[in-house]
Amino acid sequence: MSDGSVAETKEALAGAGYLADEPAALVSFLAQRLEKPVLVEGPAGVGKTELAKALSRATGRELVRLQCYEGLDEAKALYEWNYRKQLLRIQAGGSGAWDEVQDDIFSEEFLLERPLMKAIANPEPVVLLIDEIDKTDQEFEAMLLELLSDFQITIPELGQVSATTMPIVVLTSNNSRELTEALKRRCLYLWLDYPELEREMEIVRLHSPELPEALARRLVEVVRMVRDLDLKKPPSIAESIDWARTLLLMGSEDIDKATFEQSMSIIVKHRTDIDLVAERVGVKLADPLRPQA
Amino acid sequence: MPTPYGPKPDLGPPGLAAKLLGFCEELRSEGIAVGTSEILDAFEALDQVPWTSQDDFREALAATIAKSQDDRRLFELLFDRWFFRSAEAEAIERGIGEEGARREGGERLDIDELREQVREAILEGDENEMRDLARLAIAAFGRQGEGSGVVGVDVQRIRRTLELSAGAQPQGEADGEVRAIDRDQLNRFERHLRRELERDLIERTETLPPARPLAELDRALPTSPTQDLAAVHRAVSQMKRRLATLGHEQRGRRKGQIVDVRRTMRASLETGGVPLRLRYRPKRPRRPEIYVLCDVSTSVTSASVFFLSVLHALHDSFRKLRSFVFIERISEVTEVFEHERDFRVVAERISSEGGVADVSGYTDYGRVWLELLAELSEDLGPRSTVIVLGDARTNGREPHAEVFGQLSERAGRLFWLNPEPKLYWNYGDSVMAAYERYCDGAFECWTTRHLENFVNVVAGGIPSED
Repeated sequence: MSDGSVAETKEALAGAGYLADEPAALVSFLAQRLEKPVLVEGPAGVGKTELAKALSRATGRELVRLQCYEGLDEAKALYEWNYRKQLLRIQAGGSGAWDEVQDDIFSEEFLLERPLMKAIANPEPVVLLIDEIDKTDQEFEAMLLELLSDFQITIPELGQVSATTMPIVVLTSNNSRELTEALKRRCLYLWLDYPELEREMEIVRLHSPELPEALARRLVEVVRMVRDLDLKKPPSIAESIDWARTLLLMGSEDIDKATFEQSMSIIVKHRTDIDLVAERVGVKLADPLRPQA
Repeated sequence: MPTPYGPKPDLGPPGLAAKLLGFCEELRSEGIAVGTSEILDAFEALDQVPWTSQDDFREALAATIAKSQDDRRLFELLFDRWFFRSAEAEAIERGIGEEGARREGGERLDIDELREQVREAILEGDENEMRDLARLAIAAFGRQGEGSGVVGVDVQRIRRTLELSAGAQPQGEADGEVRAIDRDQLNRFERHLRRELERDLIERTETLPPARPLAELDRALPTSPTQDLAAVHRAVSQMKRRLATLGHEQRGRRKGQIVDVRRTMRASLETGGVPLRLRYRPKRPRRPEIYVLCDVSTSVTSASVFFLSVLHALHDSFRKLRSFVFIERISEVTEVFEHERDFRVVAERISSEGGVADVSGYTDYGRVWLELLAELSEDLGPRSTVIVLGDARTNGREPHAEVFGQLSERAGRLFWLNPEPKLYWNYGDSVMAAYERYCDGAFECWTTRHLENFVNVVAGGIPSED
């Protein structure tokens, strides 16, 4: 992707199948120009992870992904010594004094690279996605600080490994806990929200182009109606797209009550939510489709 | 020469850098943590984007400075004032108005025609057109003499006059050909209306809108239980941390210690009666027994969610805590809090089995004191602290202030937290004054800042300045 201007970034992202809004395009652009990590927050399913993937496609860089979870530690995220191989090396013995062996088994040959290390050590520039950072504990966040500000990792036995090329780093968070100030300070901040009606329509139609426009509009309107209810899990953009595909497969021309009830489970996935949605939205759909709601 | 146009804002040195620094300074005063590194980032980011686009400029700043949704909201509020009110500030300074031009435009249009044009502009999504029409609408509306002077109210009135509503169509156009306006589009128009009304207000009063109380107003307590509970919890968890560490800072500090004469004399026996070593009185952090009374009647509905979560947090921090909820009568809920860690469950259980759901919903403070005195008279002592969370609105019933006085005598300390601003105390059926004189402290408590201030006092600190 040429990084000439915000508009070009937006175009490149669109070319990779991601319709970014102004802020998203601008922050992606700044991330490349300023070489700073981006922290993306927002409700589940608005395309936070997808943004990183699209960036990787648009820039032609490899995507290195670190999925965070509770209890994730350095060995899983940074690097680990290949213990078995080290043992073999020692057993294979051969000549050489202990010092030599020691130097040998703590060399890069015996290093197992985990995602963060892989992103840093890669000779080609990559996109590093650290997904759901809010799932980890604060200690892990603290460990990330060195990586995010200097793009380097310190290994006691080997010394510092610095990035030769600047990776684009994208961190995503569902806001399930407050991230530390120190982490936020190092990042550009982007809040992604559910897209506006027109943009969501574009997204749906981008992914299922055969869907007629009127139906797409109707679909997005219904999805937005469902989102406005106080649900346990509001439908995400991915689910809108799934629903669009389902409607295509069902050969529906219109979303009426029957179609809605048959396919509702695509967008609503909680027992209690289903009841609520059927009650509130189902009723409104009772009549056949009119030119406007 | 005194300027006739109100206080002139201090413009400071010229140039964007100074302006931006001033902006960050103001953000800091609103409570957003803007570090130097962030300001540097902002400058770097501005190097990369064209300044001619307002959106790019704003987003670039926001991405580098505002690092959460809350921050972003404050950022938006201040951004306009700093970067796009300059023209108005200048106009005020020079005393320029545009009354003439506007009235002319307003008279040429009748309201039906305007309605049509507005609808079209909204559907087209043409921002500039919308702005112009918003001004026309305001002018036309103002001529009818219906302006209330409150921006939010006026926006809604104008919207109604123009018969604009999301989705539904006005009756007169039932031919079915007109496209519906959706919520977003309407919001956009309302935003223009709001902006122009504010501009109008600035022109009329010749002062810029106040800068200061933004954060205060904005971070007021949630007014409905469905609103973001998480925000309250964040504030309370902060408070929890402060409660846990408060008092520790007092320990191990030499300064201000009191010599324990008895123990010093005792120690001096070792050295033949010469007091070589001074003994100090140990400083013990105050570990108070706390009794909390929480009003859960309808008049404080908005605050009770907040209060219950405060109670919840207090239970985590103090071992010796008994809590009561009341409307007409009191009911102890200590058990509920002790056995349940999840706040939602607590709230549910209190409303279902707290023993308060069966009454009329009107507070009877007098009766509450009588019952409380009967219940606690044995336990209250100089070490106990009583905290009342309520609005002191008795619904015209006997306040029994003297009973409250007895309570206050027995308890070591008695605090009152009132969810209403001080301004409203003693208006209507509020009898705050009658109770206040028995309290060791009465605080208004409708923002998290008020709460922190109060926590400071309870934990033995000095109240911070407001």
